[in-house]
Amino acid sequence: MAVTPTPATGACGRIDVAAVKRDFPLLHVHVHGRPITYLDSAATSQKPQAVLDRLDWYYRNINANVHRGVYSIAEEATNQLETARDRVRSFIGAKSTAEVVFTKNATESLNLVIQGWGRANLSPGDAVVLTHLEHHANIVPWQILATERELELRWVPLTADGHLDTTHLDQLLDGAKAFSFTAMSNVLGTVTPVRELADAARAAGAISIVDACQYVPHLPTDVQAMGADFIAFSGHKMCGPTGIGVLWGREELLDAMPPFLGGGEMIRDVRLDGFTPNDLPWKFEAGTPPIAEAIGLGAAIEYLETLGMVAVRQHEIDLVGHAMQVLTERFGERIQIHGPVNPQDRGGVLSFAFDNLHPHDISQVLDQHGVCVRAGHHCAKPLMRVLGLQATARASFYIYNDEADVEALAAALESAADFFML
Amino acid sequence: MPGLEDLYREIILDHYRNPRNRGELPVPPAHKVEGFNPLCGDEIVIYLEVSDDNVVNDIKIAGQGCSISQSSASMMSSAVKGKTVDEVRELIRAFKSMMSIHESSLEGEGGEGEDGAVNGSGVKLGDLEALRGVVKFPVRIKCATLAWNTLTQALDEIG
Repeated sequence: MAVTPTPATGACGRIDVAAVKRDFPLLHVHVHGRPITYLDSAATSQKPQAVLDRLDWYYRNINANVHRGVYSIAEEATNQLETARDRVRSFIGAKSTAEVVFTKNATESLNLVIQGWGRANLSPGDAVVLTHLEHHANIVPWQILATERELELRWVPLTADGHLDTTHLDQLLDGAKAFSFTAMSNVLGTVTPVRELADAARAAGAISIVDACQYVPHLPTDVQAMGADFIAFSGHKMCGPTGIGVLWGREELLDAMPPFLGGGEMIRDVRLDGFTPNDLPWKFEAGTPPIAEAIGLGAAIEYLETLGMVAVRQHEIDLVGHAMQVLTERFGERIQIHGPVNPQDRGGVLSFAFDNLHPHDISQVLDQHGVCVRAGHHCAKPLMRVLGLQATARASFYIYNDEADVEALAAALESAADFFML
Repeated sequence: MPGLEDLYREIILDHYRNPRNRGELPVPPAHKVEGFNPLCGDEIVIYLEVSDDNVVNDIKIAGQGCSISQSSASMMSSAVKGKTVDEVRELIRAFKSMMSIHESSLEGEGGEGEDGAVNGSGVKLGDLEALRGVVKFPVRIKCATLAWNTLTQALDEIG
């Protein structure tokens, strides 16, 4: 396979951003006549050539449905799919590929656990603990189940600087059956103490479920060290294609859970009077899986591993710290950056309010400068209400962003202020 | 590709910076209705006072949102004051029809409709014509129509 990720880390383990940028075709397009400045990787990341090549290679050379095919390309497609699964396993430090379930995205992964584990284990009156930081994907499925099963939902509040306020965590967890929380907020960037939270859940007899959608693409991930029971994430935020997500779960828990979706692939036998489910992980993979997407995710992981996740994390701490400094120095009180003050405590996400301008208006003017940021509630409306905000503008950084992108953002913000002259 | 000046006409920015009929009215006699744009979190509160002979005596606007939703609400409040409920409904229809114009009809646009008339309905949109450019930015149409949908709801509730 003629796919070689470009080595883009220098001798000192730092990311060579110029080299990384060259690997991403989309970062070379122009918008409104200006070179694009892509600052929306928390929504989805761009894709390196290596991933695009892998998808193309798959469809051109080995496209066939997986499992049960006896002919060569079907066998090769199956091998590639399972090789991708093993890449995911090693990338997150899982014990076995039986614990790595492919889904269509992190939302489906969360629904799989909440519906699958929740229905089998929760009864009326049971309590589940969530946090005020959560994305709708880790709230609404619980609300659906809470209505059906008469569950009590409890919420971990926030401190003034956007951390989880764990002062009363033990009381909240007292008698709870599950604790479901984000590893990194998609709005505030807050990185939560996953290990501490998972340990607290275990001590209280609750299982822990982690929405790691914003975490796995940006920080070294070791599911053993995190100590949680389930971890959900998406491929498209980590240089992979859309349509592929992952659920990691402890084998004994996945084993005890009923299937989520029924259909082909997830069965070992079907009779007129019932069925026997397949082994893990296929028990949770009904229907034709996202084959190309999983293989593309494998290529994305190879790319990230070439950079090294420790270097990725350091790059983002440095860049976010730089951005916070530049924006604060330049705009003073005109800009308010939401969330933790210390770049070490946050991922590459900067939500901000600027000059009393509405985030939609900011985003519209920035677009004219080729600067892509997101504006809105970021699918976290309960959090926005807690913060007393309707919407924020959000710039988010990744491996291909550098100080020039921060400068482009600052310059575009200045011109937005000039334009509206408020 | 449409530019910023297509969206943010001077009159829109003026209404954004100096919103008209901002505030609240006592309820009753006024009727209060809230509208939300679930996509962006914009919210608008309309206080509408309609006389016994079906004339909009007074209207006040509260809430928060982007320049497009706020200026649209401001212009709407100026346009409907003193009109009969039937005239207001005509105006709403004309405005919403302007907001649903297909992109292709905007190409080579020679002017702002003929004499400000829209789709032959004969309703003069006046300053509201400035919002015509919003249809070139489809994601912003909901911002422009929020106040109008909320006004429709108010009229329906008043009956």
